[in-house]
Amino acid sequence: MLEIKNIVKQYSGHRALNNVSMTIPKGKIFGLLGPNGAGKTSLIRIINQITAPDSGEVLFNGEKLSGKHISQIGYLPEERGLYKKMEIGEQMLYLAQLKGMSRSDAENKIRYWFKKMEIQTWWNKKVEELSKGMQQKVQFVSTVLHNPSLLILDEPFSGFDPINAEIIKNEILELNQNGATIIFSTHRMESVEELCDSIALLNKSEKILDGTVKEIKNSYKTNSFKVEYIGDLKNINGDFTFHFKVKSDEEMDGSRTAVFDLHSYQTANELLSALISRVQIVKFEEVIPSINDIFISSVN
Amino acid sequence: MNKILLIIQREYLSRVKKKSFLLVTFGVPILIMLMYGLVFALILKGDKFEESKKIVVVDDNNYFEGKFKNTGNLNFEFSDEGLEDSKKGFLKGDADFLLYLPKFENNKPSGIQMYGEKQPGFVLIDDVEEKLEILIRDKKLIASGIDTTELNNLKTSVSIDTKKITENGEEESSSGATSFIGLLFSILIYMFIFVYGVQVMRGVTEEKTSRIIEVLISSVKPFELMMGKIIGIAMVGLTQFLLWIVVTVALGSVASNFIGGNPAEQFSKSAQTELSQGSEKIKAANSEADPAKMVMDSLSTLNFPLLLSCFLIYFIGGYLLYSALFAAIGSAIDSDSDSQQFMFPVTVPLILSIIVSSNYIIRFPDSPVSFWFSIIPFTSPIAMMTRIPFGVPVWEIILSIILLIFGFIGTVWFAAKIYRTGILMYGKKPTFKELGKWLFYKN
Repeated sequence: MLEIKNIVKQYSGHRALNNVSMTIPKGKIFGLLGPNGAGKTSLIRIINQITAPDSGEVLFNGEKLSGKHISQIGYLPEERGLYKKMEIGEQMLYLAQLKGMSRSDAENKIRYWFKKMEIQTWWNKKVEELSKGMQQKVQFVSTVLHNPSLLILDEPFSGFDPINAEIIKNEILELNQNGATIIFSTHRMESVEELCDSIALLNKSEKILDGTVKEIKNSYKTNSFKVEYIGDLKNINGDFTFHFKVKSDEEMDGSRTAVFDLHSYQTANELLSALISRVQIVKFEEVIPSINDIFISSVN
Repeated sequence: MNKILLIIQREYLSRVKKKSFLLVTFGVPILIMLMYGLVFALILKGDKFEESKKIVVVDDNNYFEGKFKNTGNLNFEFSDEGLEDSKKGFLKGDADFLLYLPKFENNKPSGIQMYGEKQPGFVLIDDVEEKLEILIRDKKLIASGIDTTELNNLKTSVSIDTKKITENGEEESSSGATSFIGLLFSILIYMFIFVYGVQVMRGVTEEKTSRIIEVLISSVKPFELMMGKIIGIAMVGLTQFLLWIVVTVALGSVASNFIGGNPAEQFSKSAQTELSQGSEKIKAANSEADPAKMVMDSLSTLNFPLLLSCFLIYFIGGYLLYSALFAAIGSAIDSDSDSQQFMFPVTVPLILSIIVSSNYIIRFPDSPVSFWFSIIPFTSPIAMMTRIPFGVPVWEIILSIILLIFGFIGTVWFAAKIYRTGILMYGKKPTFKELGKWLFYKN
C-alpha cells in the first residue's frame, strides 16, 4: 500500500532520516518501532504530508503522495488534543469535513461511532468537560471517522485504562478486518507481539530491521529449548552420553525448568529422546525471542 | 479553497456565538448611550439640580448694590447693617453665605471675606470673584474718564468661520470637526487592529498548546489554516462593528424620541444659556457661532463617500498587515505570556502613529512627517485616516494604498514562513535570530 523509498530528512544540525526505505503491505498491521529520537515521528509526518522529505519519495498505492490522499489517511498523533472549548459534535463535524467528508456523511458517521463507543450523550459537551480518557476516546473517533484506508496510530493506547485500551484494541482489529491498513507506532512491545503482522525498527535515523514478525523472530532464534520436567538432571554435566549444553536449570513449584542451547546441527527430536530416557517431561517448547528482546539487542 | 472556507466558518462561528461577543456588541453602545444620556440630562436640567444660594452682602464702599446681577443660582441681597450686626443676623437668617467688602483704597480690593456655615465650592467663589473683578475694572475705567457705553463698544468678540474653496464653490468647514473625525477613524482602526490582531495570535497559540495543530495540518496546509483564521476573525470584527453602528443608530432614534425634539438643538440651546451666564470670556455664546450647529453643518460637508471608502480600505488593509504578524508571533511562542518580547517591535509603529497623529498630524497635516507617516504601510492606516478629512491629493492616497497592499502581501508571505515552522516547534524559546533561520527553511 505504501512504498517508502530512500527518504532523507535533515534539520539544521541533525539528520532525522537517513536513506530510509520500507514497504507497508496492504491490509496488514505494521509496527513502526524504535527508541526516542530514532526518526519515527519525522517519517510519520512525511507520510501525513505535514513535512516534505529532502530527497526520496513515498508512493501511495503506486501513486506519488499528493493532496488527494489526505482524505484516505487517518492520523492519531502521539501528542494529541482537541479544541478545549468547542463542543464535541461540532468539532467532529469540522475535522471530518477538513478531511473531505460531506457534512451529512460526517453527521451519520459520528452518530454511528458515538453509539458504538457508548458516548451518545456527549454531543453537546465541551472537550474540557471530559476526563482525559474520554477525550482520547473522542480523538480516536475523529481519526477513523472518514473511513480511511490507511490509519497511522502513534501510541494509541497511552492515556487509556486497561478496559478502554481493550476496547480500542478491538476497534483497531475490526477496522483492519474491514480492510484498513494500519501503521502502529509504540513502545509497548507486548502489543506489537499481539497485533502486528510486520514491523520495521528504526534507530538513529536508519532502518535496522524489517520484515514479518515471524521472519524476524525466526532469524533471531538461537536454537534453544525450554523444558519443564520432573526428575533430576543435576549430574547431567558429568554424563558423557548427554551432548546438549545446559544454559540454566531451576526449581519452580515442585517441578524443574531447564533451558538448553543447542548447536546448529542438533535437533529438537534428539534433545527430546535424550531427555525422555532420563526424566519425566511436563512441557517442551522452543525459546523464541520476544520483540522486546530483539529490540534491545538490536539497538545496543 | 473549500477548506479555507470551512476554516473561516469555524473561526467566525466559534467567536460570534460566545456570550462575551454579544455582551460587548450590545453592551458597549448601550453603555455609551447611557453615559451621554446622563450628561444630556444633567445639562438640560442642570439648574434644577443645583440649589440656589443666597448671599448677603455687606458693602462698606456703598457702591456695588444694584450692580451685582442675580444669575443662575446666586441671589445677592444687600444688607443695610454693618458687618458685626450682619454676622449676628446671619445664623438666624436663611442666607447661605455672607460676603464682606471692606472699603477699598484707590480701588485696590483687599480684605474681602466670604463667611458661611459650610465651605463654599470653588465654582461659587470663582463666580463671585469674576463678578467683582469685572465690576472693579469697570469702576477704574470710569474713574479714569471712560464712559460706560464707550466701555461696551471696546469689548470685541472674535470668532473665525472656516470655509473651504473646492471645485463646487465654497463650502463650510470646521477645523474642529475635521480633526475630530480624522482622529476618530484612526482610533477605530488602531483599536480594531489591536483587539482582533491579538485574537489571531491567541488562536494560533491555543492550537499549539492544545496540540490539535498536528491533526489540523495533516488535513490542511499551514497557509490555509493561517489565512482562514485571519479572515474569519476579520469577519468577527466587521460584524461587531456593523452591529455597533446598527445598535447605536437604533438607540439614538429611541433616545431622541424619549428626550423629545432634536437633542442637538436642545443641547446647543442650554449650552448657550449656561455659557452666557458664565464669564463673558467665552465667545461661543455668540449666536452666530452656535457650537452644536457648527459641528453638525461641517460634518455634513466632509466628503463622506471618500472618507468611508478610505476608512474601509485602511481598516482592512491595516488589519491584514498586522494580523499576519500577530499570527507569526503566535506560532513562535508556547504560551501567551511569552508573547511580550515579540509584540513590542510589532506594535511600536502602531503606537507611534497614534501619538504622532493625535499630536502632530492634526496640526500640520501637510508636513513631510505627515506625508511619510501616511505612505509607509506600517503607519499609513492610522496616519492617512487622520489626514484625509483635511484633504489629501489623490495621487498620495493611491500611492499609500498600493504600498499598503504590497505591505500586507509582504507580511503574509513572511508570516507564512514563520508560521509553518513555528507551529511544530515546542520547548525552545526562539530568538529573533532563530526566527530568521526559519525564513529559509524549505517547504
